[in-house]
Amino acid sequence: MAYPTAAQSPPPRQPSVKVILTSADVQRVVDRIAHQILEKTQGAADTVLLGVPTRGAPLAGRLAARISAFEGISVPVGVLDITLYRDDLRRHATRAVGPTQLPPGGIDGMRVILVDDVLFSGRTVRAALDALGDLGRPAMVQLAVLVDRGHRQLPIRADYVGKNIPTALAENVKVTLAETDGVDEVRLYGEEPAR
Amino acid sequence: MNSYLLKNVSVLGAAPTDLLIRDGVVAETGTGLSAPDATVVDAAGLVALPGLVDLHTHLREPGREDAETVETGSRSAALGGYTAVCAMANTSPVADTAGVVEQVWRLGREAGLVDVQPIGAVTVGLAGERLAELGAMADSAARVRIFSDDGHCVADPRLMRRALEYVKAFDGIIAQHAEEPRLTEGAQMHEGEVSTRLGLTGWPAVAEEAIIARDVLLAEHVGSRLHVCHVSTAGSVEVLRHAKARGVRVTAEVTPHHLLLTDARAETYDPVFKVNPPLRTATDIAALRAALVDGVIDIIATDHAPHAVEDKECEWAYARPGMLGLETALSIALDVLGPEWDLIADRMSRTPARIAGLTEHGHDPAPGAPANLTLVDPAARRVIEPAELASRSRNTPYARMTLPGRIVATFLRGEATVLDGKAVR
Amino acid sequence: MIRHLLSGADLDADTATQILDTAAEMAAVAGREVKKLPALRGRTVVNLFYEDSTRTRISFEAAAKRLSADVINFSAKGSSVAKGESLKDTALTLQAMGADAVVVRHPASGAPHRLADWVDGSVVNAGDGTHEHPTQALLDAYTMRSRLGRLAGLSVAVVGDVLHSRVARSNVLLLSTLGAKVTLVGPPTLIPVDIAAALAPGTDVCYDLDAVLPSSDVVMMLRVQRERMNDSYFPSAREYARRYGLDGPRMNRLPEHAIVMHPGPMNRGMEITPEVADSSRSTIVEQVANGVSVRMAVLYLLLGGNNR
Repeated sequence: MAYPTAAQSPPPRQPSVKVILTSADVQRVVDRIAHQILEKTQGAADTVLLGVPTRGAPLAGRLAARISAFEGISVPVGVLDITLYRDDLRRHATRAVGPTQLPPGGIDGMRVILVDDVLFSGRTVRAALDALGDLGRPAMVQLAVLVDRGHRQLPIRADYVGKNIPTALAENVKVTLAETDGVDEVRLYGEEPAR
Repeated sequence: MNSYLLKNVSVLGAAPTDLLIRDGVVAETGTGLSAPDATVVDAAGLVALPGLVDLHTHLREPGREDAETVETGSRSAALGGYTAVCAMANTSPVADTAGVVEQVWRLGREAGLVDVQPIGAVTVGLAGERLAELGAMADSAARVRIFSDDGHCVADPRLMRRALEYVKAFDGIIAQHAEEPRLTEGAQMHEGEVSTRLGLTGWPAVAEEAIIARDVLLAEHVGSRLHVCHVSTAGSVEVLRHAKARGVRVTAEVTPHHLLLTDARAETYDPVFKVNPPLRTATDIAALRAALVDGVIDIIATDHAPHAVEDKECEWAYARPGMLGLETALSIALDVLGPEWDLIADRMSRTPARIAGLTEHGHDPAPGAPANLTLVDPAARRVIEPAELASRSRNTPYARMTLPGRIVATFLRGEATVLDGKAVR
Repeated sequence: MIRHLLSGADLDADTATQILDTAAEMAAVAGREVKKLPALRGRTVVNLFYEDSTRTRISFEAAAKRLSADVINFSAKGSSVAKGESLKDTALTLQAMGADAVVVRHPASGAPHRLADWVDGSVVNAGDGTHEHPTQALLDAYTMRSRLGRLAGLSVAVVGDVLHSRVARSNVLLLSTLGAKVTLVGPPTLIPVDIAAALAPGTDVCYDLDAVLPSSDVVMMLRVQRERMNDSYFPSAREYARRYGLDGPRMNRLPEHAIVMHPGPMNRGMEITPEVADSSRSTIVEQVANGVSVRMAVLYLLLGGNNR
């Protein structure tokens, strides 16, 4: 990847940006979630990790890798694109549809753990549940998130939370990961981050 | 009769002078004229031209009065600076008998806004099978001299030969719509890159050129007069140039739209740009303009072709071909030729009057000449709004275009038909 | 974001690729337990068909329904259209019914363009006269990409009545945009001389099918109507088949990996022999299945967001 030139580089960060989790923190939190999953699922039996794009997908992969490292258990991983199930499609220009990849064994009768980076309004999870229902019939669905920032608009809660970050509604939590953004970090913005 | 004193008018672009119209003729010109009984028209900055003569107008009456009538077409013509129009024969019923041509002629007289000279059909019902009673139409009150199946080509070479020969008896002329019908079956637009891209059946240039080539040879062979309607291709110009060099008695017209618009207009699929012959390429336009200037093409004729809304607001293939022209022709001529007043007078008045045998028309405004003239404001620019046109139809291809020049007044035999840019009735 | 799909030229490489990528996701839906997506719930898609084309209509209908849109079929037969209602009046009727998209098949070239002037919703050209059929080109491109893994650099021979073919026009435009090399093959009477200049400058024309076959990755056979021989486009069906029909021996001159396509319906024995049509190289059945996926992608692209 080319180094950004002056013209391409993002505008200076807002003064109110705060790093909540550093790269080392992110790794620790992922490890902890992996352990929690192993605990709560009696060794991740009959379990499938489905990452919700964009950043849920690499997170699911990391969780599987950590579970494998800790216990030598191979947990099937997949990707669940929820674009076509969103409730705000008509509020934006048409969104690109991403790939959905279920593990070869499918999800019927399995414990599906949805993996996402930030839990906020709960609408993404609602869409993911709808999508799951059209793909098969899991025995159980759980939710793992790196960050829960509160302000739920739907009756949804996470089963595994890396870090609870109380936020104001006007604030914004931004997760970056090495796979998608080059660096592991969680930042809190006082306003919308410059994109 | 009314008298009019035009103050400070520029006759064909000459130095300003006064011009007195009285008793149907130009009575006097000169500076500082006065005539207490005359209506004074301040004509400073205006150019006087001989009243324009259109050799190719569709007035649609009888038969399609919803699209145009002799009266509305006459009003359109007067507003466009015309004092005479030749009404094409493809009405319903077809103008192929003395009765129909006399009816059109009489309706023109009643409207009284321009002289309406009917054109007679060459063949019965425009069917191209047997000659209409050309002599009867020539002898009628309408005194028909031009015969045309316009809209259809007289495709049968033997029939064309006979028609050319027959009308010599009364100094008639055959105006040919040059279109080889077998080469244009289902044709929708000019055959070329654009038609290929749009998937519309092409109307090849050769379909026009082949008929013109045949007809000039026939005219030469029988020593008759031939007039070629709406020449649209560079190849046709070359055929005509060759024929004229050989001394063939052929004249030719070009329409304003073929001097300005290309086939690229079809890309919207809006049939307001569908016309027959079709809009051609920029190369053709350049050749047509040059031929109009050097005289290989003799005149501008409008092919004013009004169509009802439902015949244009539809799929391209289902639309009727044709576009309005009378109210915009002079503006297009100005745009294309510039303020070449003598050339414009020649191509739009003197020569068409001579071809049609309209002796009262086509005379420069000078003492003793019939007062058939029009006043143009060359400095004006106007935006063409279809709804503001006097035609009963709206199918102008120039909608919302800004064009130079405006007709301020038109006089027919000394009476104003247009004053202050408005028809007097 | 585009509002209508009237021509292959409406699609730039990015948009076309996005449609093909989306179609791949849509294709997965066909293999699922619930063959339905909620993306176009509450949207109304009207199929306005002025020509009989059951296969295209059904394909669009299936596509719209799999995306949960409401579908209204409006065919020319037995409707006000047959009673002489103008296209414009029909458009105003559809407008009043709240059509979010109108899928139109029409015998007159350009009719979808006219319709797009008269309705607020999106217009999808499902084949207009001898002009274009852009979703057919998309499904063809999708099929080629699925079978051969890429489009850029492919040599595609389009064989037959190019002059009257809306499939050919849309394919030349789209395939050129996506980097394939198109060679048009057929008798000179059926290939406009200025086709390359009119559509895509890199397009080649060849009158000899045998010369083109050994270097073709894809051979797309166009339907040729026997009636054309009455207009002297070619002397006889037999001579046409001999010079431009794809039979077994000709098929064997193709590279090992090459595929044979046909937009259907086929004239077996005319432009293609049963041996070729039913061979493993033939993608004709896949093309039909891919049609639904591609049309889902198109409808989603046009209606899936707020693109006004």
